[in-house]
Amino acid sequence: MSEEQDVVTVIQAPIYLKYNFTAGAAPARFLTQLKKGKLTGQCRDEPGAPVYIPPRGSCPATGKPTEKEVELSDKATVQSFTIVHIPIPGNAIQPPFIVANLVADGANISFIHLMSECVNEEVHIGQRVQAVWKPEAEWDYAMDNIKYFKPIDEPDVPPEQIGKLPVTGWEG
Amino acid sequence: MANLAAVVGIGQTKYTTKRTDVSIAGLVREAAVNALKDADLGWDDIDAVIIGKAPDMFEGVIMPEIYLTDALGCNGKPMLRVHTAGSVGGSTALVAASHVQSGTFKRVLTVAFEKQSESNAMWALSNPQPFSTHLNAGAGGYFAPIIREYMRRSNAPYDVGIKVAVKDRLHGARNPLAHLQKPDITMKEVEESFMLWDPIRFLESCPSSDGACAMIIANEELAEQAPKSPAWIRGGAMRSEPTMFAGRDEVNPQAGRDCAADVFQQAGITDPRKELDVAEVYVPFSWYEPMWLENLGFAPVGEGWKLTMDGATSLIDGGDIPWNPSGGVLSSNPIGASGMIRFAEAARQVRGDAGDHQVAGAKLALGHAYGGGAQFFSMWVVGSEKP
Repeated sequence: MSEEQDVVTVIQAPIYLKYNFTAGAAPARFLTQLKKGKLTGQCRDEPGAPVYIPPRGSCPATGKPTEKEVELSDKATVQSFTIVHIPIPGNAIQPPFIVANLVADGANISFIHLMSECVNEEVHIGQRVQAVWKPEAEWDYAMDNIKYFKPIDEPDVPPEQIGKLPVTGWEG
Repeated sequence: MANLAAVVGIGQTKYTTKRTDVSIAGLVREAAVNALKDADLGWDDIDAVIIGKAPDMFEGVIMPEIYLTDALGCNGKPMLRVHTAGSVGGSTALVAASHVQSGTFKRVLTVAFEKQSESNAMWALSNPQPFSTHLNAGAGGYFAPIIREYMRRSNAPYDVGIKVAVKDRLHGARNPLAHLQKPDITMKEVEESFMLWDPIRFLESCPSSDGACAMIIANEELAEQAPKSPAWIRGGAMRSEPTMFAGRDEVNPQAGRDCAADVFQQAGITDPRKELDVAEVYVPFSWYEPMWLENLGFAPVGEGWKLTMDGATSLIDGGDIPWNPSGGVLSSNPIGASGMIRFAEAARQVRGDAGDHQVAGAKLALGHAYGGGAQFFSMWVVGSEKP
């Protein structure tokens, strides 16, 4: 060996760990409805209690259980968003793509999902969108049952109203 | 009333992309040895070690503090690990301080580190969760929509973030320990850099660094005997809030406002911009400077960007309240250490020991860190004089 070689100081040695996720009572109810093509939120069983999706079993502000189930619309409002120009590790999606913080009508918290069928430069806060679902045969216990959200022809929601719409929607 | 405590020694490593010459143990030991030298102390003078780092998933070494006991000279001594995500460097310093303020120990070593070259933070922050889509794209993907909402609310000019990115790199060029050394950086260069998570550009983001920071905190009696000027701890506070709750103000989190109010009250500060001489604040993405200027009460809500644009936060422009004269997180980001570097740099300023990035005559300084989904906050105020 006469040729000089670079000294190896670091190698990548990925370890994969498969595990079973025990959903727990509240997420299990949510995921069961999702498999039927329904978005459901949960809240404390009190008038005016905030509605959470995905529900994790307790209200983060009070710690009380979210026992009441509320069916939500698959229409939503853009609370904010980012146009991502780099790949996500472990996800085949090709950049650029829009990840939006969306609040479904009837919910009081945003979740993130993909936006598509839109002009990236025209996406804006307050924009109205609706879910585009996968074919029913492909539905599983996953938010990926929704392929993405696309803009719909409804007037923008003023920023101070985002996160406060009833399930009947804006001007509903 | 708690006992007085002060920083009597500070040690850092040179921040860089890859420290291939040392292991994690070698890295933390280097910072610790530098802190001991700065304080003119030896290992036997330390009563306990308080250590912090960002989540173990980053390097994939679980509970690394266990194997670092040898490197940190704490076999047979108490050791405690602190976990508060990105704010951990700050929280670790505060936990260390509280062990002295309570009278439990007379003199403690505190260390924080990250070796990003042996880690994949983007991956560790992007793992899928069973009840949501797999679209979480690292820290930038999380903070970009919050920055966009700040831009909408404040109606700030588009180039505020660009200005911060330039300012902090010009500061960093005065700090030989800073990772990025870009003395010739321009607004144009930042503006034309690659858009990563719109509206965050590449040069508006922090680098990935290897590094460690250490401090020695002593009680009043020992601090008065220290060979170099101590930095007296005038106040310290932590606050946290859940990542997600209905009505949460992600742009201006209540936990940050409450934490600032607490630490300023302890230090007797009513107008932070006027009464503090300098601040080292956790700004990993450039727009967080105007956002935290407002959250910490240096400017009214919606007007933080005006301080930035007026040069008030620039040491080089002679601003009245320099932010991050060390170059900040935008110039060096060994994640777990980044908060402690803010705390240590604040202490360096009031010790009059900050070299070419010294704010002339600095007597009172703020160190700040945040972490998680901008939900964990830790802050301290240090002064050249005893409270």
